[in-house]
Amino acid sequence: MLKKLQAFAHGALVPVLVLILWEAGSRAGLFSEVLLPSPSAVAVKWWAYLLPTQDYVPGSGSYFTWLISGELLHDAYSSLYRVIVGFIIGAGLALPLGLVMGANNRIYDLFNPLVQILRPIPPIAYIPLAILWFGLGNPPSFFLIAIGAFFPVLMNTIAGVRHVDGIYLRAARNLGVNYWTMFTRVILPASTPYILAGVRIGIGTAFIVVIVSEMIAVNDGLGFRILEAREFMWSDKIIAGMITIGLLGLAIDTAVSRLNNHLLRWHRGLEH
Amino acid sequence: MSDILIKDVQKVFKTPGGDVTALKDINLTVKQGEFVCLLGPSGCGKSTLLNAVAGFQPPSAGEIVIEGKKILTPGPDRGMVFQEYALFPWMTVAQNIAFGLQIQKKEKAEIDLTVNQLLDLLHLKDFRDRFPKDLSGGMRQRVAIARVLALDSPIMLMDEPFGALDALTRRNLQDELLRIWEKLNKTILFVTHSIEESIYLADRIVVMTYRPGTIKRDQYVTMPRPRDPSSHEFNELKRELGRLVMEEQQRHAADELKLAAVD
Ligand SMILES: Nc1ncnc2c1ncn2[C@@H]1O[C@H](COP(=O)(O)OP(=O)(O)O)[C@@H](O)[C@H]1O
Ligand SMILES: [Mg+2]
Repeated sequence: MLKKLQAFAHGALVPVLVLILWEAGSRAGLFSEVLLPSPSAVAVKWWAYLLPTQDYVPGSGSYFTWLISGELLHDAYSSLYRVIVGFIIGAGLALPLGLVMGANNRIYDLFNPLVQILRPIPPIAYIPLAILWFGLGNPPSFFLIAIGAFFPVLMNTIAGVRHVDGIYLRAARNLGVNYWTMFTRVILPASTPYILAGVRIGIGTAFIVVIVSEMIAVNDGLGFRILEAREFMWSDKIIAGMITIGLLGLAIDTAVSRLNNHLLRWHRGLEH
Repeated sequence: MSDILIKDVQKVFKTPGGDVTALKDINLTVKQGEFVCLLGPSGCGKSTLLNAVAGFQPPSAGEIVIEGKKILTPGPDRGMVFQEYALFPWMTVAQNIAFGLQIQKKEKAEIDLTVNQLLDLLHLKDFRDRFPKDLSGGMRQRVAIARVLALDSPIMLMDEPFGALDALTRRNLQDELLRIWEKLNKTILFVTHSIEESIYLADRIVVMTYRPGTIKRDQYVTMPRPRDPSSHEFNELKRELGRLVMEEQQRHAADELKLAAVD
């Protein structure tokens, strides 16, 4: 317990020091209020951003609905929703393609050249096409996020299938599995360590892409909000939004990592 | 009758360095219920022969016939236990054992019954929901044996199954295997490079030569079980087989030196 507390204090040292210096610098008038507001000002703004914009009117709906009606939560939800939908589309296409490409050399040779050409194109470069094809609103975001998630999941799935230890295949053939069972009960689970590593990278990419995509075609979400704040020179809100993006990213990564640990609880060398 | 008929079997591997004749003129009939050990130093083709019987690598010439059928593919009538266990690490002990039965689309109640019996038979009850990574080598090999027994195949193929275990665990599993073999009347083809292990276990020891792999000696062992490795008879046979294996081992070593010189 004391050890944990000590470790926490140790880890908090540098961030707290930075905050103190920053706050002191702001109060001493070292930084312009407009360009770099003080941490306390950012905290106040963040709190206001979090709270509901209107007062609670009894009878207008449940208290809870009102409590989460703040702008920040709405934005965070919108961003998260886009990440999830886009990721499911991208990973949902990448997984089966990766499985067959990994398992069958002829299919691999068929698709690999195209994959190699498209893979280096950053998802951001698809923005003009995304707007042309899908107009405004969520669809272009979904498209861009799906592309961002697609390639990491695809590449890792291919690698995962190719690295399945031949001894499992032999054991399974000996037990009499057919092709389909080999896929679903042996190759797929044996590749999960690779696939989940791809999922984690893919979600990370999706999260980057969602912020950018919200700067172009929608009018809510954390990416939209910090761009909007810039137009009003609300740098406190920009920073508050950025911190929220960081927290949401951390939450997503923690959730994915928890899921990994659960799905890979059989995996050697994974202590938790 | 599930005798294993091995007729004029030959296996040539094509390698960049030239053809390697791993097996040559192998003729062997393993009778139903027999416990046969293939003995020889490493590289003499024991695994190649076992893999041919398993159907993983069909022979280049000759044939292997079981119950009138030529063996060309692997199948659950010839359960295989591998030295490296080959348990599915994402399945628990019970799931590993049940897998072969699920493939055969057996009823769930029947599967549960078989799995429970096998957990009992191999003293694995307390480990049923563990993953393989949490088991010792000996425990893993018990699971691998149970997984094959679940198939209820008349033939068991074992490729140095106890090679990676410490001496005590090894003896313990050898005894278990003999108990199971006597109880379930299996035909066992067991690969080992341990002379003592082969004498302790087998009805019949087939000593192989090194490159090309041929049969050097077909030795029946008639000592009653359980066999006493310190007995005179045991050691007499051990000396005799040791001499045969050593000759092949020396040819193997000479070969390796030659190869090293080329490198
Ligand atoms: N896939 C292969 N390709 C080329 N040579 C092989 C292959 N498998 C085995 N061999 C060769 O065949 C011989 C017999 O191998 P193996 O059956 O594994 O021997 P053992 O099991 O008795 O140690 C060895 O000399 C080995 O180098
Ligand atoms: Mg071998």
